[in-house]
Amino acid sequence: MSSVDRPGVTQLRVARSEWTKLCSLRSTRWSLLAAALLTIGFPLIFASVVEAHWGRMSPSEQANRQPLDIALVGVNISQLAIGVLGVLLITAEYSTGMIRATLSAVPKRLPVLWAKIAVYAAVTFGLALLSVLVAFFGSQAILNSKHILQIGLGDPDVIRSVLGAAAFLVLIGIFAMALGAIVRNTAGGIATFALILFVIPPLLNVLPPTWNQAISTYLPDSAGRAMFALSHGANELSPAGGLAVFAGTTACLVGIAALLLVRRDS
Amino acid sequence: MIEAIGLTKQYGSKRAVDDLSFTVQPGLVTGFLGPNGSGKSTTMRLILGLDAPTAGTVTVAGRRYRDFPAPLHEVGALLEARSLHPGRTAYRHLLALAQTHGIPRSRVDELVDLVGLHDVANKRAGKFSLGMGQRLGIAVALLGDPQTLLLDEPVNGLDPEGIHWIRTLLRGLAAEGRTVFISSHLMSEMALTADHLIVIGRGHLVADMSVTDFLATASGQLVRVRAPRATELAALLSDPAVHVTSDGTGSLEVSGLSSDQIGEIAAANGIALHELTPLRASLEEAFMDFTREDVEYKPQVHA
Repeated sequence: MSSVDRPGVTQLRVARSEWTKLCSLRSTRWSLLAAALLTIGFPLIFASVVEAHWGRMSPSEQANRQPLDIALVGVNISQLAIGVLGVLLITAEYSTGMIRATLSAVPKRLPVLWAKIAVYAAVTFGLALLSVLVAFFGSQAILNSKHILQIGLGDPDVIRSVLGAAAFLVLIGIFAMALGAIVRNTAGGIATFALILFVIPPLLNVLPPTWNQAISTYLPDSAGRAMFALSHGANELSPAGGLAVFAGTTACLVGIAALLLVRRDS
Repeated sequence: MIEAIGLTKQYGSKRAVDDLSFTVQPGLVTGFLGPNGSGKSTTMRLILGLDAPTAGTVTVAGRRYRDFPAPLHEVGALLEARSLHPGRTAYRHLLALAQTHGIPRSRVDELVDLVGLHDVANKRAGKFSLGMGQRLGIAVALLGDPQTLLLDEPVNGLDPEGIHWIRTLLRGLAAEGRTVFISSHLMSEMALTADHLIVIGRGHLVADMSVTDFLATASGQLVRVRAPRATELAALLSDPAVHVTSDGTGSLEVSGLSSDQIGEIAAANGIALHELTPLRASLEEAFMDFTREDVEYKPQVHA
């Protein structure tokens, strides 16, 4: 551990610093808690509703209920919390002026971006995986009281979907961070994030169906969703394809963010 | 040592710093003086590499700031604009910055005590008064025990006790052979703290000299004269090199002539004088004199 005694900036030290920064804000802790509660809470509510109404459902309705969809329904909502926090972790540096202190300590700048992404990705992965697993077992336990819709982690594609959902949230977080670093403004960053994830996909429905299909399949929303969907239609990407497309898009954005971080005055 | 050569920064159509060249020597407190908007903060940002110069270079100890492997050990900076997250405690703020360089917690504790923030170290920095925020900023600057200190308006918001504290601290640091560069728009503060002055106005260099020389050079002598026949005297003193202002009640302020010369002229013409006082240019006046042409936002005076 001789590097510990040598003075100077290293990537690992910057990561440690960003970890301290992430943990030392009340707003960050609350946002992460909210993301976890949303990921867990919605499946439990959803499972309870299905369990309570099961007897009154028609056989076709019953057939439409997928246990994995129930377990992962919270991811659709918690992605908003993860995304907003991702934007904020970058833009708050600019709005508070902290960026001046940060970049004075690390004037090469890029280590800060890598460290922020790595720390946030690690935190979201751990948190998302844990909450998705809790949601899975929790919703299964609720459904088990009527002995309905039972699946196990070992069933085909289940583990893949659970990991895919956690990976999806990680990529959402990185995607949002890159947007924040490009826009450098909290309102603008969150608006751009919401525009890409929630506004553009339904708007594309006005296009001719073939066009819509050609474009929206590759947007972060549907590409990301393919990562944790259990069944895949003929026009949808495979889980690996979805991961590749969403990860590729995110990597491009991170590249642009890195370039701008080095080039721009701050 | 800080060395700027032809430093220029253009923001859109506005030239904030214009072909600025100066050297800040170690072992002295160098004051960086200029009216608001004259380019002091921009120069500080250029030194720290936060902004890239449009032209020219600025180095600290011969290197660009960006090239330092351990910048906090080389340069400690306090910027005028608040540079912290208000939701983070003072201690965590210092710790996060220390960690980028592997600076131990013991050094953070030491600094919290040194700047007198011991009781509030675990309070969120957003709740701090201006003076406490300033002390925290100074702690950040001293974190890496740097050879060069760069402080933008360090006495801002400090109470008299705080001002005395920082003055003593800075003089001590300079006496240890460090380079201390502090900006201010207050000449009186600089006169008490600085040994050397670099004066800028509208982004370019106005003066680069010792405080003593600055005061001697600035603003020609001014003499106040009171005489019942002031108007007559003013006419006698009239000369292209002489400037006389009258308040209309028998009192004149004359520049361009010594009190001796004015007395002789008055005696030769049989004019009685009720007062003849050489006025030493005050520090503020000297400063304003130097930068009069360079003040960006001049109040419009209507007679």
